[in-house]
Amino acid sequence: MTDRSTQTAQSKHLKKRYRAEKRFKFFGLAAICSAAGILLVLIGGLTQMSIPAFTHHYVKLDIAIPETTIQAEQVTDPVAMRKVNWRGMVRKALRNEFPEVTDRSGKRAIGNLLSGGAGDAVRDKVLNDPTIIGSTVEVALPLSDDVDLLLKGLIDRSLLEENRVVSDRELTFIDHLEATGRIDRRIAWFLFTSGDSREAEMAGLRSAAVGTLLTMLVTLLFSFPLGVMAAIYLEEIAPKNRLTDLIEVNINNLAAVPSIVFGLLGLAVFINFFHLPRSAPLVGGMVLALMTLPTIIIATRAALAAVPPSIREAALGVGASPIQVIFHHVLPLAMPGILTGTIIGLAQAAGETAPLLMIGMMAFIVDTPMWINDKATVLPAQIYMWANNPERAFQAKTAAGIICLMVFLLLMNALAIYLRKKYEKRW
Amino acid sequence: MKRDGDMTLSTPKIKSSGIIVEYDGKRALHGIDLDIYPNEVTALIGPSGCGKSTFLRCINRMNDVIDNCKVSGRLMIDDTDVYDPEIDVVELRARVGMVFQKPNPFPKSIYDNVAYGPRIHGLTENKDDMDRIVKKSLKRAGLWDEVRERLDDKALGLSGGQQQRLCIARAIAVNPEILLMDEPCSALDPIATSIIEELINELRERFTIVIVTHSMQQAARVSQKTGYFHLGNIIEYGETNDIFTRPKNEQTEAYISGRIG
Repeated sequence: MTDRSTQTAQSKHLKKRYRAEKRFKFFGLAAICSAAGILLVLIGGLTQMSIPAFTHHYVKLDIAIPETTIQAEQVTDPVAMRKVNWRGMVRKALRNEFPEVTDRSGKRAIGNLLSGGAGDAVRDKVLNDPTIIGSTVEVALPLSDDVDLLLKGLIDRSLLEENRVVSDRELTFIDHLEATGRIDRRIAWFLFTSGDSREAEMAGLRSAAVGTLLTMLVTLLFSFPLGVMAAIYLEEIAPKNRLTDLIEVNINNLAAVPSIVFGLLGLAVFINFFHLPRSAPLVGGMVLALMTLPTIIIATRAALAAVPPSIREAALGVGASPIQVIFHHVLPLAMPGILTGTIIGLAQAAGETAPLLMIGMMAFIVDTPMWINDKATVLPAQIYMWANNPERAFQAKTAAGIICLMVFLLLMNALAIYLRKKYEKRW
Repeated sequence: MKRDGDMTLSTPKIKSSGIIVEYDGKRALHGIDLDIYPNEVTALIGPSGCGKSTFLRCINRMNDVIDNCKVSGRLMIDDTDVYDPEIDVVELRARVGMVFQKPNPFPKSIYDNVAYGPRIHGLTENKDDMDRIVKKSLKRAGLWDEVRERLDDKALGLSGGQQQRLCIARAIAVNPEILLMDEPCSALDPIATSIIEELINELRERFTIVIVTHSMQQAARVSQKTGYFHLGNIIEYGETNDIFTRPKNEQTEAYISGRIG
């Protein structure tokens, strides 16, 4: 009797336990599904928004390059090249397509179809091959961003003319060009090969991407050796006392300091006190290195602590000095963890904008920075500036910039995983 | 095991007098007096936590790396005071090799494991020298025939017993005078254990061996002298035969007959 009652009580208890487990599993699954769903919506939406930015419409025109414009031997002379009215040349070529248009405003409307940088396409062609001077060549000229949006179907033709950025007259010109097969949709390589611009059809990520790379280089060079050395000292060499405890607490707190504070520190110390250049990857990298240091120190200490004590004993036992134990055995074994921590820290730094705001890296930079003391901006700052632009075409470009930044970060994280897998040793 | 009593008594290799070890002010050893003689195997037995491993680690100053561990007393190896502040610990550990409880080869190749000690002590001039030392050490550790074809393989691919013999080879590669073994067979199966025990018997000819063991049969099999530790004191020390057949102390007798421990 008592036996059976305890049995049923037990089975009841067991059922309750199973139910609790099932419930918990369901909640976990639900959490993961909703997280994945939100992520999918975010990335899907961004990708969809960014698609128009990866292509651009060009008009193929036959351009006559008269010998009177420039001599073949002057091609390498930038001053002479700048004197040539390339812009006028391409506008004239496009006007020739519409001989019936003779009035001033019509001529201007035709010229406005082209991008402000359309002349550069001819210039680059001449620069590549000076022998084409004196002949007529077919060149693909970028159209202006508004025309491009219209051709992509992002501007509603049925709107009233005064509410539309493309006038009725321009519409007829575009339709004519399209009907004669002169318009071509191509991949917008300029998105990757040119720097920033006020014109959406000329703006690219190159200067910002190079700026990010240079900044990351500086960050790595400062934060990795400093962080790893500090961690080795704290974990392996420093005596355990109040002072090292205090340092440890402060390092952990440093990881939680708002990033803008690091930017202010950079402004006050690096720029105002040491007079380092403003807007330069050197200063940006140093500020981000300060921000990354706690991450690297904490990750390195954890990796060092995870090396089994038996390895240290073995090395000490054959007569290795404490420093030899660290550099011959402990550090190589901790390397995968250290590298992972470093790359995660760098990836965080690569996505950071606030501290760079303070040191002038949120700037309109057209030229690609060549070295760490040139003026530069970074990808997240570039995205922010594009998002602030009123032109419609920058909407898609902003999304494209975000996608590029995310690919960049994804590659960095993939590198971290690869390095960890490659150097992981089992004992 | 009968030896020339006068010879051994007159020249102890290790002479410990009043060794006291404190962890955080708590005493782990209460003044150990022990003479260990050359070319003998000395076994230290006793229940867990009795201080036998702590004493072993005093001999090559492995306790130094533990925070808040204080050693006092006098420990001489030949004419060297081990706890002389002037002494070079690295040099000391080259003279006193150690084999640990769990096989702990470096996650490197078999060759590099053995070559590491000679390399950091600068014992070799060239690659041929090193090859010779590695071969000699592996031969002495009875591992050469098993690994001669795969010296560049990972040491962690060896079996537990082979790994432990590799650790012995690594320890004797720097040509120490003393070999400390901290329960070297506790992680091994009986076959690997008997191979290591045979090896210890052979190594006795060249090295002074101090072994900590939990197995009294092992102590009886491999050692010439045995010391019984209890609660941080050495209770009885003498010829292994005497300890196991005619223990003078009743605590020792209780332990070896399995009544305590």
